[in-house]
Amino acid sequence: MDQLQLLTWARGNGLNLALTIFVLGVIWRLIEIYGLGRKPDLSAPRDVPGASGWHTIFRRSVPPPGMFKTSPVSYLGGYVFHVGLAVVVFLFAPHIELIKNLLGVAWPGLPSQMVDFITVVTMAALVVVLIDRITKPVKRFLSTFGDWFTWALTFLPLLTGWLAVHHLLLPYTLMLALHILSVELLLICLPFTKLFHAFTAFGSRWYNGTVNGHKGVPV
Amino acid sequence: MSASLDKGVRVLKEIIDAPIASYFSSCVHCGLCAEACLFYTETGDPKYTPIHKLEPLRRIYDQEYTLLGRLAKLVGLSKPVTDAELAEWQELVYNSCTLCGRCSVVCPVGNDIAYMVRKIREGMSASGNAPDGLKGAVTRTVNIGSPMGIKLPAVKAQMKHVEADYGIAIPLDQEGAEYLVMLSSMEIINFPEYLGAIAKIMRHAGKTWTLCSEAFEATNAGMQIGNSDLARVIVKRIVDGAEKLKVKTVISPECGHAYTALRWEGANLIGRPFGFKVQHIIEVLEEFRLAGLLKTEGMETDRLTFHDPCQLARRGGVIQPQRNLMAMIAKDFHEMPDAGFMNWCCGGGGGASAIEEGEELRLEAFKKKKSQLDAVKPKRLVTACANCRIVIEEGLEHYQMNVPVVGLTETIAEHLPDSVGNE
Repeated sequence: MDQLQLLTWARGNGLNLALTIFVLGVIWRLIEIYGLGRKPDLSAPRDVPGASGWHTIFRRSVPPPGMFKTSPVSYLGGYVFHVGLAVVVFLFAPHIELIKNLLGVAWPGLPSQMVDFITVVTMAALVVVLIDRITKPVKRFLSTFGDWFTWALTFLPLLTGWLAVHHLLLPYTLMLALHILSVELLLICLPFTKLFHAFTAFGSRWYNGTVNGHKGVPV
Repeated sequence: MSASLDKGVRVLKEIIDAPIASYFSSCVHCGLCAEACLFYTETGDPKYTPIHKLEPLRRIYDQEYTLLGRLAKLVGLSKPVTDAELAEWQELVYNSCTLCGRCSVVCPVGNDIAYMVRKIREGMSASGNAPDGLKGAVTRTVNIGSPMGIKLPAVKAQMKHVEADYGIAIPLDQEGAEYLVMLSSMEIINFPEYLGAIAKIMRHAGKTWTLCSEAFEATNAGMQIGNSDLARVIVKRIVDGAEKLKVKTVISPECGHAYTALRWEGANLIGRPFGFKVQHIIEVLEEFRLAGLLKTEGMETDRLTFHDPCQLARRGGVIQPQRNLMAMIAKDFHEMPDAGFMNWCCGGGGGASAIEEGEELRLEAFKKKKSQLDAVKPKRLVTACANCRIVIEEGLEHYQMNVPVVGLTETIAEHLPDSVGNE
């Protein structure tokens, strides 16, 4: 298989396979988790404005009082790489083109130079949070293979994409193929690793907000 | 696998619900929960990271409820939970967690970690891995009627003392009274001023109230140890008492966990909604204040601060009323840093204060409260939980700090006119 064949496979069968596993995996995991259900709360609720699951979904995106000061790297690094990832994935013109081909919907993208800059910033933020994970005793203590693995899964598509755009290190065709393959690996692993928080964080915030909202505590 | 481990694992499997599954699936190991936990901040030991306290439960979730986890278990790739591991986790699940819920309000993905610690205790208790101090408290509550072994005669003796001291009759088993007043053992033994204060406040407000001879103890060690069957037995006594006496409202005393047990867990434990209202005494006082039934006289002039019991404030939703009440009687009131919603635990909630072997750690964790107090330098500390009060008093003594601790209810009562005739 030469470079072009690899790219063709990655763009065709590879992508289809990865997307299929991703979609089925997400559906499976959501059923596996939320199908467990929970018992109704029989205690008399205390109604307080702002205390609900929906409020918590949004509110928890902001550091609670005093927390930013204790862990600025976690918060800043976290914000930058999450927002950066979203921008790079959804606002880079070639990505929008791909989504248009797959789903038929499109939206305006950002100038590629700006996306390029954001990619570098996002990679830098990921490196910073990796260093933080290695150096902070609590983070290192909690870290398992899954944490290092998913970091790499997140970083590789950014790196290979950036290298491909700049025609660096490897021939463009091969680098683009590697970029697409790394994204496919990310898609396949997402439902079965901690990356699935991309879906469940909203459910978790909702449960926390609902359970405590029942008690009249806006959390 | 031993029979007790088998039982524990079975219970752990049973308590896993969608919220727990969602929480474990969301954790990204960011470790921010550690920064919210006084057992971590004061020791710097990563093992006290709140989410780590749930590791055995997480593995059982993974091995029993996820596709990949079940496959791994099938081919022998997963690490089963063992007796030794659960024994090791006792310190993490009980001694170093007061269910204060600070971790639950900081987790960026929204995990309610305290909710899970409450649940994992069910399995710990079932497998025989609960601390002896709590086992004893539960046994005494179920068999004798209170965690400190107090029986009705002791309550009656205290009623007599209070009647003599305050000149107010203490009603017992009065059917049709509006309020059923519950007590905590701590108040019966150490803080008799609480009952006197209630008598004074109720007379002042013109409300009918009663104690109940079959249900006077409000604390629930069954909930703290994580045994819902026993917690149910304890709550059921209060429900039966309240229904028999046909009261409108049951008043939870100045005790955080009694409030959680009765107000939020009670109906779920007995499996049906209550036919009466449950209020913490602070909520009742606030209602009296709003209705103009609480006419205090004079002000405290020394420098005061207020310690929010976790179960009343962050886990119970009562945050402003205590401040409104303090404003009625305190001229020189100062908030501690992080007071209210983000307040730091005394270090002995959730049953932790009943664990003898946890004392050293508890005193270490108390450094957080100490630093809060050092920032304000109050002459006295007011709170609304007898357990917080005892734990704080022990901490203050250990660090040789001279700050008397008083209850809010008794402080309010001191500012009420001595006889009804004065009104």
